[in-house]
Amino acid sequence: MKTSRFTPILTLSATVVVIQLLTLASGKAFYLTQLTMTAYYSLIVIGLCLLMGFAGQISLGHAGFFAIGGYTSAVLTTLNLSALKDAPLVSLLARLGVLTARQDLYGGQILSVHPWAACGVALALAFLIAWAIGIPVLKLKGHYLAMATLGFGTIIYSIVLGTQRFGAADGISSVPPFPLLPGVSVSGDSSQRITNYYFAWLLVTAAMLLVVNLINSRVGRALRAIHGAEDASSAMGIDTGRYKLHTFMLSAVLAATAGVFLTHYNGGIGPSEASIMKSVRYVAIVAVGGMGSIWGTLIMSVVLNFFSLRGYFGSFDDAVFGGILILIMLFAPDGIIGADLRRMIGKITNYKHRSSNKSQ
Amino acid sequence: MSILEVKNISKRFGGLQAVKDVSFSVERGAIKAVIGPNGAGKTTLFNLLSGFLPPDSGSVVYQDRPIQGKRPDEIAHRGLSRTFQHIRLFARMTALENVMVGCHVRSRAGFLAGMLNLPATQREDLAIRDRALEMMAFIGIEGLAQSEATSLSYGQQRSVELARALASGPAILLLDEPAAGLNMRETADVAKLISKVRDLGITVLIVEHDMQLVMDISDEIVVLSYGEKIADGVPRAVQSDPEVVRVYLGEDDA
Repeated sequence: MKTSRFTPILTLSATVVVIQLLTLASGKAFYLTQLTMTAYYSLIVIGLCLLMGFAGQISLGHAGFFAIGGYTSAVLTTLNLSALKDAPLVSLLARLGVLTARQDLYGGQILSVHPWAACGVALALAFLIAWAIGIPVLKLKGHYLAMATLGFGTIIYSIVLGTQRFGAADGISSVPPFPLLPGVSVSGDSSQRITNYYFAWLLVTAAMLLVVNLINSRVGRALRAIHGAEDASSAMGIDTGRYKLHTFMLSAVLAATAGVFLTHYNGGIGPSEASIMKSVRYVAIVAVGGMGSIWGTLIMSVVLNFFSLRGYFGSFDDAVFGGILILIMLFAPDGIIGADLRRMIGKITNYKHRSSNKSQ
Repeated sequence: MSILEVKNISKRFGGLQAVKDVSFSVERGAIKAVIGPNGAGKTTLFNLLSGFLPPDSGSVVYQDRPIQGKRPDEIAHRGLSRTFQHIRLFARMTALENVMVGCHVRSRAGFLAGMLNLPATQREDLAIRDRALEMMAFIGIEGLAQSEATSLSYGQQRSVELARALASGPAILLLDEPAAGLNMRETADVAKLISKVRDLGITVLIVEHDMQLVMDISDEIVVLSYGEKIADGVPRAVQSDPEVVRVYLGEDDA
């Protein structure tokens, strides 16, 4: 069972490397930029697929969690506390490394929150908000849940659009790079393009590994049971409320993580990242990739996000995703990765546990 | 020694008194049947006992602790498992996976453990799988392990549901019409199975319409009519109870 679970992960890693080499060879190294952004956007749909396909809960407001991650990090890392640098709390935080001194574009001194600390705050915030929203909202079913999450997304969007502190319609720019190792950071710097590509895909690979493990575990079975027959799952000892909530929180943290790193990669964030259009896009990707198929979702995420970012959909970008959603619901509600292809993927990824009667 | 005591339990839905002041007890290790015409309140009673409905009044005492009003999953953790009148297997999962979910209460791996999949978690998962296969073998359906649960025949699905409930290792098993929709041979198999379950030391409370099955295997029978208990005793006594006869007069058994 273990070997066949690692195979698709290794295939993914190999594919990531192959693609990078191909872009180098064909002189299209700039594709890496869109492929990097695609990776971050894929983190969101991985979490959403777990929530929708396995726990069976819909969220039409997931862009909100992306925004919570991105905006929190952006605000904290562009904060300038140098005027207060002699205040006891501020100087303590600076000495602890929570605050970091740097220079802005014009040579001025900035004392802002260190990206690592900001990231911690951003993820913790997403975690807590998901918990607070999830408790009442996940008691709802079907349309009611969809509408409540839609409401949540709208609230976040309105807040970032309407608040001066968050840059209102212009968003926040001049977000500094996110240092990873000496000399390596998440930023849009073209000299770091390849490194950033690999880091983004490393995150995706790690996320896939964790999520695939989860799906095949006791918790994964419990989630699928909840989705399959909630009453019966409850009768089998599954605390359905808690499991739905924790899945919601996990998917929120994944979306927020994407928000943090994409913001540092892009050097900024704008209110459109919190919009309903984005939330719809994420749901459409999960739907077309197959709600019950995490690999199908990843594949469709790469294809659709890359095309979208390269501008292939032109000004009809949002319309494409809306159209996909309608078409999928009408003609292929289980996703377009056809049943045969899915069975094949399933055999490779052991998604349906076909092989393992012989324990290894 | 009673493992379950139902005391003056009542439940009303709007204008309908579904269960009215019902009391009875179930001896540890016994097989007790709940019978009654349609609409007598049997399934409502089961829902009250297993946490799917809170009673308006009265109590349910299981292993000397009150469980009325508790959530179904909390009750399951205490060792009370149930099956459903209309089969509720988990869709998009194999029969084996369905039974493995039955082992949920006996295992621990949570979100973090599941994601990291460390050796200890892997060992637990293998143990779960082994136990699930054991349960399926006990019932005689181990060959169905890899089949998609909802694609199985009705009788096979019933067996999977039973295996799933057994996998949780309950002290008492509530079976809601286990013979519904089964032919005579399948019903006889169910009867044998229930006896085997009792031989494991598990108490069984069963709702049934099939009088032959009930008379054959029950140690005691409770009869409900319009939400009220009208008889409670050994099969022969209940069979000849005039009130029971009156209520069932002219009714074909299932």
